[in-house]
Amino acid sequence: MDCSPHTVLYKKQLSEDVFLMRIRAPLIAGERRPGQFIILSVDEEYGERIPLTIADADTAEGSITLVFQRVGYSTLALADFNPGDTLPVLVGPLGRPTHLENFGTAVCVGGGIGVAPLYPIIQGLKEVGNRVIAILGARSKDLVILEDRIRELADEVVVCTDDGSYGRKALVTGPLKDVCERTPKPDVVVAIGPPIMMKFCAETTRPHGIHTLVSLNTIMVDGTGMCGGCRITVGDETRFVCVDGPEFDGHKVDFDELMSRLRSFQDQEAEEIQRWQREHACRMQQALEAATPGKESPA
Amino acid sequence: MPEQPAAIRVHNMSEVTHGYSEAQARLEAMRCLQCRKAPCVGGCPVRIRIPEFIQAVADGEFARAATIIKESSLLPAVCGRVCPQETQCQEPCTVGRALKDPEKGVSIGRLERFVADWERGCGKVETPAVKPGTGKRVAVVGSGPAGLVCAADVRREGHDVTVFEAFHKFGGVMMYGIPEFRLPKAIVGEEVDTLRRMGVELTPNFVVGRTRKLTDLLEKDAFDAVFVGVGAGLPRFLGVPGENLVGVFSANEYLTRSNLMRAFERGKALTPIFLSKRTAVIGGGNVAMDAARTALRLGSDEVHLIYRRTEKEMPARIEEIAHAREEGVVFHFLRNPTRFIGDAEGRVRRMELLKYELGPPDDSGRRRPVAIPGTEYIMDVDGVIVAIGNSPNPLVPRTTPGLETTRWGTVVAADDGLTTLPRVYSGGDIVLGAATVILAMGQGRTAAAAINRLLAGGAPAREAAEKVESIPDQG
Ligand SMILES: Cc1cc2nc3c(=O)[nH]c(=O)nc-3n(C[C@H](O)[C@H](O)[C@H](O)COP(=O)(O)OP(=O)(O)OC[C@H]3O[C@@H](n4cnc5c(N)ncnc54)[C@H](O)[C@@H]3O)c2cc1C
Ligand SMILES: Cc1cc2nc3c(=O)[nH]c(=O)nc-3n(C[C@H](O)[C@H](O)[C@H](O)COP(=O)(O)OP(=O)(O)OC[C@H]3O[C@@H](n4cnc5c(N)ncnc54)[C@H](O)[C@@H]3O)c2cc1C
Ligand code: SF4
Ligand code: SF4
Ligand code: FES
Repeated sequence: MDCSPHTVLYKKQLSEDVFLMRIRAPLIAGERRPGQFIILSVDEEYGERIPLTIADADTAEGSITLVFQRVGYSTLALADFNPGDTLPVLVGPLGRPTHLENFGTAVCVGGGIGVAPLYPIIQGLKEVGNRVIAILGARSKDLVILEDRIRELADEVVVCTDDGSYGRKALVTGPLKDVCERTPKPDVVVAIGPPIMMKFCAETTRPHGIHTLVSLNTIMVDGTGMCGGCRITVGDETRFVCVDGPEFDGHKVDFDELMSRLRSFQDQEAEEIQRWQREHACRMQQALEAATPGKESPA
Repeated sequence: MPEQPAAIRVHNMSEVTHGYSEAQARLEAMRCLQCRKAPCVGGCPVRIRIPEFIQAVADGEFARAATIIKESSLLPAVCGRVCPQETQCQEPCTVGRALKDPEKGVSIGRLERFVADWERGCGKVETPAVKPGTGKRVAVVGSGPAGLVCAADVRREGHDVTVFEAFHKFGGVMMYGIPEFRLPKAIVGEEVDTLRRMGVELTPNFVVGRTRKLTDLLEKDAFDAVFVGVGAGLPRFLGVPGENLVGVFSANEYLTRSNLMRAFERGKALTPIFLSKRTAVIGGGNVAMDAARTALRLGSDEVHLIYRRTEKEMPARIEEIAHAREEGVVFHFLRNPTRFIGDAEGRVRRMELLKYELGPPDDSGRRRPVAIPGTEYIMDVDGVIVAIGNSPNPLVPRTTPGLETTRWGTVVAADDGLTTLPRVYSGGDIVLGAATVILAMGQGRTAAAAINRLLAGGAPAREAAEKVESIPDQG
């Protein structure tokens, strides 16, 4: 059993705030299934545990791929990790894998960073024989991620941007509506992205009665069902996203509750971003000083 | 026992009680009558030879006292602090009986703590001897008291032991649940270091059932036996409207953020914690007391504890209740929330409480709370912590075919810890339901003994435990 450290093998900036990272994690790479995620922390003593989807895995290399967007302290700090660095805390694979079967035609809708968790699901759906229509949305052209990889897999790809700088000028619900109106109508829809996008995707498919899966991005702590911080109302029931999800029937999820729960710690998160900026400025200053000629360079 | 004054300690996370000085300890030890039948020993789940160790303390022979305690308990610094002594060793103490108050009996737990702290304080903690390697391998799942003790006892026999822990730190509830002011984390850390020095391999960030299946540990990784000590970490909620509003937390979440993620060190920790001014805690056990007292330390102006029964039925330790009261926690008995009410942002603002009265005793022997219809009233709150108990965590049973559970979700285990799967043993809260540190420790020991017998080839010719349903103690 290889429990060696989780070392960063490769890093690539996909857009201004989106990064792709391959990390050594042979056990997780071997066990993971589409739809599952890991939890990591950038500092063992004081870090926060944050969930990120396993976007891809390479069992030969013993690595997993993460694609993440810088939104707060942890993701800002994570983006500063370089090949050779080791992540102090990384655990997984967590969550229930996506239920994969040959539904027929599957529409996979990804918004922004949501395209990353969508990718392994498209892979899985293709493997079991589905026809896959991918709808990828982003605010503008340079925020579209993983398009090439998805084009290799999907039978049909529609790209749309909010500002029309690339593909169709539309929100993802536009092309989704069109696809739902086709005959025969699609058999299943998977929508992953910001909560508001998933909410409207679910509203779009509801009148057509098409089963719609969404992947919820609640706040988490342990990821094993111990804290209940990830709980959310689905139908009449409270479910824990980390162990009962992260995928649920989009027609039953209380998205308004999800959105307000995501704002639970807004103020403290803002403080943390300021702290990262201060620390970052300080590090830049030190690096500058170290690089200035005439000063003693570190041994 | 000397302690920080309430007005000061509510502003820090440091330990509340300072512990005895040598003179105080010897004086307290001299109160022991050295009863021939030693009823106190019968009250201790691991049967520490109490009069003998107390005599050693009275004689000033602290090292001898430590040796006696350690024959039976591996975590005396922990148990001396958190054992519910008044219902265990101290309950039948002759001195307390004579004074008609278990609180006035010999302070066995405090003496135990003194001895353990003395030993650590002068660097006299010995690493237990480990027999020559046998080449046999045992996996321990979970690093709570049950797992740690099982690991130590199996390792002593010379077997290789690997502990797998889901979190990034070891110690289970002792680390993430019980707050610093009751059990300093450095103490738990030292116990873990002792295991390390004994050559136990400790693997954090490893969720058995997810990172690897339990059956794979036996079949693919060639472990000869597995001990499952994954605890009862599944928070119960009330199931009333509004429970998912922002500002309503399980005690597990609240305490984990503060203890494990160190959120009380604002400015250093990256994990946020909800800062409320008028906090309600629902429940009456140790977990509720810990949550209430943590909320005070995090800056709540008012903390209201809501409990369905009366103070007499509260399962929390008497000392914790007294400490909470001194610190300013306001107790509301015979009340239970019927709903939580939020604002337009989805944040909790008020709750509705229903009044209760005590009816006839229920199965647990405690008088059952009966609702009084029509007595609902509203209370303003901006934070709520639900601490009404934990159920066994279903992750391992769910991912391990053949590992049977009772209808309460606890793992079925025989007296020696053997589960319904051969070579798989279990103990602690996952078997008992939410119980205590010392009971978990005791079960870890018993299972270790059975594992050691199995690996020595002397195991009973029995494949696995029968499924027997016994009611777990719900505290
Ligand atoms: C199952 C799951 C899979 C995810 N997969 C991805 C992914 O593949 N790529 C990606 O970029 N993001 C993903 N996320 C979201 C990601 O976890 C958050 O963006 C991240 O936690 C933000 O942390 P931060 O410290 O950088 O920002 P913060 O400043 O802490 O938070 C920014 C916002 O992120 C959310 N957030 C904060 N803390 C947490 C937390 N502990 N857990 C979850 N959300 C939190 C809140 O809405 C918050 O307002 C996923 C979330 C979940 C639940
Ligand atoms: C807030 C609080 C206060 C308490 N106060 C007291 C007190 O004053 N006195 C007292 O005697 N008792 C007290 N208790 C109860 C006591 O802590 C427990 O009974 C005891 O810790 C149980 O020990 P355990 O070894 O069975 O499990 P735990 O201590 O729960 O440890 C289980 C460990 O297993 C890990 N784990 C879970 N699933 C997996 C998995 N799949 N793979 C790997 N690891 C896993 C968990 O992360 C955890 O670290 C308290 C409990 C709480 C929550
Ligand atoms: S019962 Fe009390 S007095 Fe008697 S031996 Fe035990 S501790 Fe001492
Ligand atoms: S282990 Fe607990 S019950 Fe036993 S003597 Fe010590 S304090 Fe008392
Ligand atoms: S993250 Fe703690 S229960 Fe889901």
